[in-house]
Amino acid sequence: MGRITVTSPSSPSAATRAASDWANGYAPAPETVKVAIKPRHGHFIAGRWVLPKAGRGEGSGYFPTINPATEAVLSEVAQGTEKDVDAAVSAARKALPAWAGLPGVERAKYLYRIARRVQERSRELAVLETLDSGKPIKESRDVDVPLVAAHFFYHAGWADKLAFAFPGRTPRPVGVCAQVIPWNFPLLMAAWKIAPALACGNTVVLKPAETTPLTALRLAEILEECALPAGVVNLVTGDGRTGAALACHAGVDKVAFTGSTDVGKKIARAAAARGTKLTLELGGKSPHIIFEDASLDQAIEGIVAGIYFNQGEVCCAGSRLFVQESIVDTVVRKLEGRMASLRVGDPMDKNTDVGAVNSRQQLETIRRYMALGGAEGATLHVPGAHAGDDPFGPPTNTLPRGAGFWCRPCFFTGVQPSHTIAREEIFGPVLSVLTFRTPEEAIQRANNTPYGLAAGVWTDKGSKIFDIAAKLKAGVVWCNTYNKFDPASPFGGYKESGFGREGGVQGLRAYVVLE
Amino acid sequence: MHARPTVDAVMAAERAATFTKRSIKASAKLAGLTLAVSMVDLTTLEGKDSPEKARSLCRKAVRPWERDVDVLGEALPHAAAVCVYPAMVRVCVDELRGRDPDAGVKVASVATGFPSGQFPLEVRLADTRRAVADGADEIDMVISRGAFLAGRLDEVAEEIREVKRACRRGDGSFAHLKVILETGELETLDHVRRASDLAIRAMAEVDEEAGVGGVGTADFIKTSTGKVQPAATMPVTLVMLEAIRDWYLETGRLVGMKPAGGIRTAKQALHYLVMVKETMNLGVAGFEHAGGNPWLTPAYFRFGASTLLNDLLRQIAWLKTGKYQAGYDFAEA
Repeated sequence: MGRITVTSPSSPSAATRAASDWANGYAPAPETVKVAIKPRHGHFIAGRWVLPKAGRGEGSGYFPTINPATEAVLSEVAQGTEKDVDAAVSAARKALPAWAGLPGVERAKYLYRIARRVQERSRELAVLETLDSGKPIKESRDVDVPLVAAHFFYHAGWADKLAFAFPGRTPRPVGVCAQVIPWNFPLLMAAWKIAPALACGNTVVLKPAETTPLTALRLAEILEECALPAGVVNLVTGDGRTGAALACHAGVDKVAFTGSTDVGKKIARAAAARGTKLTLELGGKSPHIIFEDASLDQAIEGIVAGIYFNQGEVCCAGSRLFVQESIVDTVVRKLEGRMASLRVGDPMDKNTDVGAVNSRQQLETIRRYMALGGAEGATLHVPGAHAGDDPFGPPTNTLPRGAGFWCRPCFFTGVQPSHTIAREEIFGPVLSVLTFRTPEEAIQRANNTPYGLAAGVWTDKGSKIFDIAAKLKAGVVWCNTYNKFDPASPFGGYKESGFGREGGVQGLRAYVVLE
Repeated sequence: MHARPTVDAVMAAERAATFTKRSIKASAKLAGLTLAVSMVDLTTLEGKDSPEKARSLCRKAVRPWERDVDVLGEALPHAAAVCVYPAMVRVCVDELRGRDPDAGVKVASVATGFPSGQFPLEVRLADTRRAVADGADEIDMVISRGAFLAGRLDEVAEEIREVKRACRRGDGSFAHLKVILETGELETLDHVRRASDLAIRAMAEVDEEAGVGGVGTADFIKTSTGKVQPAATMPVTLVMLEAIRDWYLETGRLVGMKPAGGIRTAKQALHYLVMVKETMNLGVAGFEHAGGNPWLTPAYFRFGASTLLNDLLRQIAWLKTGKYQAGYDFAEA
């Protein structure tokens, strides 16, 4: 039998070329859903979309909200005046008796309906959230919007079971709730505020953040679709002045605020003068403690995710890393490697890990802190950036060159506990690496902060986890994981990170008066 | 310092899952699928294997799709190797005679009492020597999982060293060794990491004995025989890649990775390549053509598979033509 020589017509370069193309990057994978946005938005008061009432002089009319990745104007929204706030509070007051008097099981139906409608419109909401906030579509699609639906579902379940949440007591609604929310999780924070308030029979006036009002406005549309009775939820947009007018309004029974510690303190002062019920969820400088017996690659994963998630614009971002001295070199090397693989770029690309910083103002804040870190003697590492690259430079992709607000995730080594970057909240993807030698020292250093929102502990040793977690002064302690959120799990802080809890049965407490 | 790295299974699984969420489109998808074709160790490991089956396997490896030029307008790369039982090595070597010794399809042979390894060491070594003498380029050995699980780690390391020595040819060169950990039997990721570290060290020790410097012999660690479930999984492969990465950073030596068993679809293969791309971006000199990532070349990364190849071809044809070819359009090996 004759042998036929087998030959391949391919040149060896076919595989080489494929390797080079594959190593080079992923092709653009843009989210393709287009969302129509009205050119101008009014307030949502008493179940109707209303034009802003003319105010005196400055601060009336409309202002633009932009896409932080392109700086293009998305829409104009109304600047709420005192009159607008007045109208919204009156509407909420008027709607209160009927809503509070509705059997819990009926209120639950509305909440279920909202949750389902959020799910049905999830893609649209995710795209809109990414356009307005700069967060990557991957996060708004996989984290923000699913959690929004989950919060409504969870609280729908409580609406007719409040008596079981507070055994032996009779829970009554607090009344009209003024809710002021931040720009980092615009729709999710609206859900965190609205869902428990409605479940407990309260009515709401919500003010979304100045830079990210669009998804809350879209949520108001959903409330309309669900035929939520007029005035139960009212929305007034505007900047800090509108927020101040709402938080200090004499007609509100409770104020819930999530945002900066500075503003929180002002609100606390105003509320204290009047005896208004108050919950505050404020800033943080959350510590990670990584021991030499930790599963290092997985710990690095959690730590890196904990600082780049949502561009670091997270109140519970793990922004201080305490490393046991014996492993500091390994940890720094692994941080470099993992951070270098992060893809910074167009938030609307499905493969983007880190999107745009929310606003020019926030970017300036981050830059200021980073300059300060260097000036105080810490060493900056910007993994993945080539020599001479500007860590704030726009990513090289399909976006208009030069536009948008960008910051590559980075970290400082050689940080001392007294450094400003180790004490103040930066609210950006900037991690400070510090060291410790013993568990006692780790706890002491971790607790040495005005804040107390969250903490992460990384060790393979179970007994150490229980010991350390009990001694950390933080509202949430995540062990061998980070940034896990669930509507059933209460979230909130110690000290200057605020008080009151959101989520879980504990979160209901702020929205009821017990008799 | 960190003598014995541990692995947190929850976070490892979570990380592994993120690689499946990348959206791979158009040119990137074509590059990934083509690269995967070049990384396949086309495998047949059955009791009913015959010389004829081995020959058709060889043909398939050399020319994965005989109509590639007609349909795609260009030739696809050949598979990396055929992987067979020792009895078929000579058939394959004959069939592939005339191939380019460096860039051509390799002949890999399982050995050392595959798949259980439950044979006396001298039998397993004889098995290896015979396969090498018959012309195998690569030897896929199994470790004694019983000894490993009983904590007799030195014994496992010694058997790896012995097999590696048996891979040495008369001219002093080595057949490349792939150490199969059979991770499905090791069960925990802590075990996987420990077995990976142990195998990598043992192989390097023999390289050192033999005076092989530089990046080493390009030996591999491999997940599975394919005879035990679960075979290759993403978390297991991630942990093994991390062991390889840490070893490179510590010593500058390169070790290959071969997930085997259970990777049947083009989509799965892309998930693995995403993992390799994002975990092994180490900027290794001499691999600039692969973005400094040696594991994006068939010299350091393989898929042990039998049905994967045809799914890759089918997806490539779809990308290029917009039409799905029928299953029977692709020859079975």
